[in-house]
Amino acid sequence: MSRTYRLLIPIAVILLLAIYIDLPKSPGIHFIGINRDFSTRLGLDLVGGVQALLEADVPATTAINPSDMGVAEKIVENRVNALGVSEAVVQPAGSRRIVVELPGETDPAKALAVIKQTGLLEFIDMSSISTQQAASLVHTKINTDWVPGVSQPSENTSPALPTPIIPTLTPEISLTPSATPSSTITSTVPVQTGPTFHTVMTGADITNVGVQTTTGGGYVVAFELNSEGTQIFKDFTSAHVGQILGIVLDKEVISIPSINTAITQGKGVIEGKFTSDEANALALQLKYGSLPIPLKVITSETVGPTLGQDSLRKSLIAGLIGGSVVVLFMALYYRLPGIVADLALLCYALITYAFFRLIPVTLTLPGIAGFVLSVGVAVDANVLIFERIKEELHSGRSLRQAIDLGWNRAWPSIRDSNFSTLITCLILFWFGNTFGASIVKGFSLTLAIGVMVSMFTAIVVTRTFLHLVLDNINFTQHARWFGV
Amino acid sequence: MIDIVKRRYLFFGISLLVIIPGMIALLIWGMPLAIDFKGGSLLDIRFDTGTVPPPSQVTALYAENGFSDSIVQTSGTNGLIIRSLDMTDAQRNQLVTEMESRFGVKITVQRFESVGPSVGQEVAKRAAGAVGLAALGILIYITYAFRGVSNAYRYGVSAIIAMLHDVAVVVGVEAIVAHFFKWEVDSLFLTALLTVIGFSVHDTIVVFDRIRENLNIYRRLPYETVVNHSIVQTLVRSINTQLTVMLTLLTLALFGGITIRHFVVTLLVGVFSGTYSSIFNASPILVVWENREWRSWFRRKVSQPVG
Repeated sequence: MSRTYRLLIPIAVILLLAIYIDLPKSPGIHFIGINRDFSTRLGLDLVGGVQALLEADVPATTAINPSDMGVAEKIVENRVNALGVSEAVVQPAGSRRIVVELPGETDPAKALAVIKQTGLLEFIDMSSISTQQAASLVHTKINTDWVPGVSQPSENTSPALPTPIIPTLTPEISLTPSATPSSTITSTVPVQTGPTFHTVMTGADITNVGVQTTTGGGYVVAFELNSEGTQIFKDFTSAHVGQILGIVLDKEVISIPSINTAITQGKGVIEGKFTSDEANALALQLKYGSLPIPLKVITSETVGPTLGQDSLRKSLIAGLIGGSVVVLFMALYYRLPGIVADLALLCYALITYAFFRLIPVTLTLPGIAGFVLSVGVAVDANVLIFERIKEELHSGRSLRQAIDLGWNRAWPSIRDSNFSTLITCLILFWFGNTFGASIVKGFSLTLAIGVMVSMFTAIVVTRTFLHLVLDNINFTQHARWFGV
Repeated sequence: MIDIVKRRYLFFGISLLVIIPGMIALLIWGMPLAIDFKGGSLLDIRFDTGTVPPPSQVTALYAENGFSDSIVQTSGTNGLIIRSLDMTDAQRNQLVTEMESRFGVKITVQRFESVGPSVGQEVAKRAAGAVGLAALGILIYITYAFRGVSNAYRYGVSAIIAMLHDVAVVVGVEAIVAHFFKWEVDSLFLTALLTVIGFSVHDTIVVFDRIRENLNIYRRLPYETVVNHSIVQTLVRSINTQLTVMLTLLTLALFGGITIRHFVVTLLVGVFSGTYSSIFNASPILVVWENREWRSWFRRKVSQPVG
């Protein structure tokens, strides 16, 4: 029996830990080196919110550099975080997609606008046209010669450094708004309207952006470049002092600063009679708008907050009723062992919920369904064991022998059946992960956690509890308690 | 002792009685796919003030904005669900604003989904792949777990057949129900189906495990008797487990809200079928295989055993 009691200590420790994590206002763990707070994450079908699937907007045949995708994901994440949505999720889905989830976002239109605004930033050579002509292009769409995902602008321009780029470009560009395709001789990109400008650099080379005030009380946008960008900028600005360097976001001209002096240190300021708001907006676009790969929204889903709360309330009620029915059934059918199993089920629920908060798992409606199903699996393990115990009792073994034999004989069934469920969970998880189907992912994750915890509670917790009860009652007097 | 194995062809017949009409329904009506799989948009709106406009006017408004194929459905007393081609959020905003001004109402967007057509087809394709992969994984695992028994692969194959039976039942019932209740097959249905697969095999393995154990104990008994014995021994467990799972699912269906009702009902059908097939199909198939009974299926009169 000492073996049984030894198990009691780890069970108690695990339970206390689980309860500590489960506390609604859990203080979290803040030891040396560990800093964790615990909270229940609710999916957007329960709190309302926005989910969008973004895809690289390049031809399907174009290979995408995984690191570029990683950078794009980071940038989208920055953008989303700047929105101030708590518990926003930005994750890759497959090799060319990114899932964005904004639970609790109350203004879906604004949020999606921000994500979509996350555009491609380019610095273009406008040396061929006058300031007035450039000014007329602000807030209009233009064409550039940078091909998404294919050409790297920095690589394009660096080899061309010794020979100035201007002569090859300027003569061909006509500026009449109704420009004909003949004006694009120097470019490989087909053009619908207007001239094509050369992209000197994309926003990918910008490392830092900030707004500064000038002595005159005006605002300027200061920026810093990485080493590659510094080199490109140094070469380009030295050759183009006094000319215009256009800043283009998603092919729309947003600013037309002129180059006052050559920028050689990779640090520069953009002057332009900005108001405070304008300067901040430009800084934000420079900072977050520098995607290495253009993205488009391919699917989006919005759930209103009332629908979400209604679903949450209803599934909680359903869960409570379902749980009570199972607890009653077990107690009535299996009597004393049933009540012990009910206690084990309570432990199971506490531990599983603690895992949900610990990992953390985002709880969605199907996730809750997965949890409920795993309760079924947990019950199944107990049922399997109790049926075996009954059989052993019928064949004349003592209760103690019957319990140990029942457990040992039921184990292969429990192991194999749960293992096959875990295999299905794994494939479901992979499926959900690849397609950004977070619903499927959440379901498989909660089911898998539930199945694993249920094995632990049925094998360890129920057994220990049952032995504990047996030590304190006289079985021969209470055989009926076991439904035998 | 109840002899389940003896009446195996009766139970196979009951299965076919459910599967065949379902398959016919599938052939005639097909599966109405949700936008998750075929692409498109779904807008679920609630009218906070004013009266709900007739669907025809909403369809007309959609058509004026270039969405000529919209399908409008009422939801509750003051809501509408509008399905159409996939659209951007800007387009959706415009539609909602126009509806508000034209019908003089205040609208709350409950849910909005938009899926590009190619994504949906890709999901459907990969889903089929996922089912195949799951079947393969389970087959390999069972063959491994039963390696001590002769003809271990038979257990794997029989479990897969029982699993396919459950898939056929769920899909068939869905085809019939979807036709009458205007339900659509969405990614939640797919999730339910994959869960049923896991559950079905879970149930079957418990019975097979018992056969594995009994084959070692009763070495002299005929295979058929051992199989029947194992089924009966696990019968109470199968029914009790099914009862608890079905009870929880039933409470979810009754109180869990409309969003997951379709999902839960699919699970209910699947779990029932899963238990049925693990008792009445999977293990009897082992017996059919052991006796190579298919040799007598098509020439019964000639090879009818004497007595």
